[in-house]
Amino acid sequence: MLPYILRRLGLALITIWAITVVTFIILQLPPGDFVDAYVAQASASGSAISAAEADALRVAYGLNQPLWFQYVKWLGHVVTGDFGRSFEYGRPVTEVIGDRLWLTVLLSLGAIVVTWGLALPIGIYSAVRQYSIGDYVFTLIGFIGLATPNFLLALIVMYFGLHWFNISFGGLFSSDQQLAPWSWAKVLDLAWHLPVPMLILALPGTAQLVRIMRANLLDELRRPYVVTARARGLPERQVIFRYPVRAALNPFASTIGYLLPFTVSGSIIISVVLSLPTVGPLLLSSLLSQDMLLASTIILMLGVLTVIGTLLSDLLLMWIDPRIRLGQLK
Amino acid sequence: MSGLAVEGGIVEAPAAENRVAVASQRQLIWWRFRKHKLAMVSAVIVALFYFVALFADTLACTEPFDTQATRGYVPPQPIHWFDASGHFHPQVSALKGKRDPRTFKLSYAPDASEPRDVVLFGHGYPYHLFGVIPMDWHLFAVSDGRPQDSLFLLGTDQLGRDVYSRLVIATRTSLTIGLVGVSLSLILGVLLGGISGLYGGVADLVIQRVIEILRSIPTIPLWMGLAAAVPASWSPGRVYFAITIIISLIGWTELARVVRGRFLALRHEDFITAAELAGASRMRIIFRHMVPSFLSHIIAAVSLALPAMIISETTLSFLGLGLRPPAISWGVLLQDAQNLQTLGLAPWLLVVALPVIVVILAFNFLGDGLRDAADPYG
Repeated sequence: MLPYILRRLGLALITIWAITVVTFIILQLPPGDFVDAYVAQASASGSAISAAEADALRVAYGLNQPLWFQYVKWLGHVVTGDFGRSFEYGRPVTEVIGDRLWLTVLLSLGAIVVTWGLALPIGIYSAVRQYSIGDYVFTLIGFIGLATPNFLLALIVMYFGLHWFNISFGGLFSSDQQLAPWSWAKVLDLAWHLPVPMLILALPGTAQLVRIMRANLLDELRRPYVVTARARGLPERQVIFRYPVRAALNPFASTIGYLLPFTVSGSIIISVVLSLPTVGPLLLSSLLSQDMLLASTIILMLGVLTVIGTLLSDLLLMWIDPRIRLGQLK
Repeated sequence: MSGLAVEGGIVEAPAAENRVAVASQRQLIWWRFRKHKLAMVSAVIVALFYFVALFADTLACTEPFDTQATRGYVPPQPIHWFDASGHFHPQVSALKGKRDPRTFKLSYAPDASEPRDVVLFGHGYPYHLFGVIPMDWHLFAVSDGRPQDSLFLLGTDQLGRDVYSRLVIATRTSLTIGLVGVSLSLILGVLLGGISGLYGGVADLVIQRVIEILRSIPTIPLWMGLAAAVPASWSPGRVYFAITIIISLIGWTELARVVRGRFLALRHEDFITAAELAGASRMRIIFRHMVPSFLSHIIAAVSLALPAMIISETTLSFLGLGLRPPAISWGVLLQDAQNLQTLGLAPWLLVVALPVIVVILAFNFLGDGLRDAADPYG
């Protein structure tokens, strides 16, 4: 068991390291460097910076050093929690991101809970009542959910919400709570606004999971042990839930490894469409205005949080499922 | 799913059994694929979409870049199939725009006094078929040669451009970007998956870890970051190419996984051992014996990877990070429908969602059918 944990931990660390490298590359991608941007900003606000001063700044910030050296230096700052300042906002990046990161986490985790909560009963129903009208209806909805890009779904839901019900699904807070400090009223307000974006975000993953769950359970239901259980006169409920469902459950835990990155990705896009106060719209606007320190910090944080989430779920899975615990020992 | 298909394969009359026994692999795959009705229908739909892509300019009726300030947000206009005396005689009427003096909203009323005939294969704006053959034939045309005044099958956008014509041209862009992207990821996937599956050892370990790492990172923020670095000054052609490369970086891991799995499965097959013992060279074994036996699996994996490519392009362009106007793609068109005010004013702009959903569904079903048929002996 310990070697498995160590191996998993090692892989997570390597992944996080890879994410920092990619983030640093994205940070370096736009033409010009930090000092160019600073000079442009200064001249826009009226104070000119000479070429000599700019060069001095480059030396002071180590921009004349080789890239790997800059990377190590940047990494050193990041590890100590210093992500730099946002050009656009003129404030530390962490301050700009603020609550948005946690709202993103909340939205994504909530969507995963919804995914599981919907996929489990629907998958069981579809397998047990194979080829029933309900099965066909869920399959159809599932396929549409699978084929509709997240942003399109958000757009369509928003349009019909406004058109038919005259409700706006945009945002996560009512206008009077938007800037208010956290309170119970604000939490309630958030709980009121969250379900629709969560459902939109959960639909593609749910569709996929239902298909896997249905196929797995169908395979299990054909096994001889199910026939035996039935022959011995076990009630149908027990025949289905005792073992086949438990055996078919495996994908629920094992798919979180890709479900989590997938959901986090989706949250960015639907947040832009529905203007949710998560990091999504912030990432888009910072990329469009080339506020690279802000953008790269968001990418880094999302990546690292996803890796940690996946790691935790893997450890949880190992704790729940003896087959994995023992299988990895070999 | 494969469990279902097995049952049908064995229970046949003796004559049919003989037929199965002597059939080539290609025939077996075709027979198996034919049983998957949904996949058959999807294959036809996908073929139709690529037909549209191929003849996009002929199918369009109005020059897609042609802006007309006085024709903004025209709702879809029907064709009148029968004339006043009840004969079949498709016609459209020119539109008269009227501005509401209080709200300044433009509304349009058909001007029935001068009807115009709709003709099949009439003359319209000049273009080059397949990029080489100069032509001015269009599937739909108006007798006076000015469809931009009267023919609005799906309405117009804010700048008065015909949505139907733009949709057809966008289909070409979005479908080809998917194809080019998938070819690039196929090269990467086959190369890395092949090395991984054939040589094993350290190379396999490294490539597998790289794939695992790539799959555990949320891709959209990453690709957004990369796409945002495409300079604004680049020409549409270069942007197209850059975006293709970026989205092809998404698809290769799955393809590499399939290729590696196939190589591993085949390495210990009897016919490979036989070829080795007969002294066939490594290259001959790979290309003469291995590749033909898993080509169908790769085709299935490709048709399952294509929708992901199309979604990526559409998403990136929709966010304003992918293709940019004046390029026309599904994502670019959907960008126009981004905010609620526009949707309230011109809901027909959302029609672009339909081909996106249909083609992605079709590719998914087609891929499913191909995957089931890829191994006809199962």
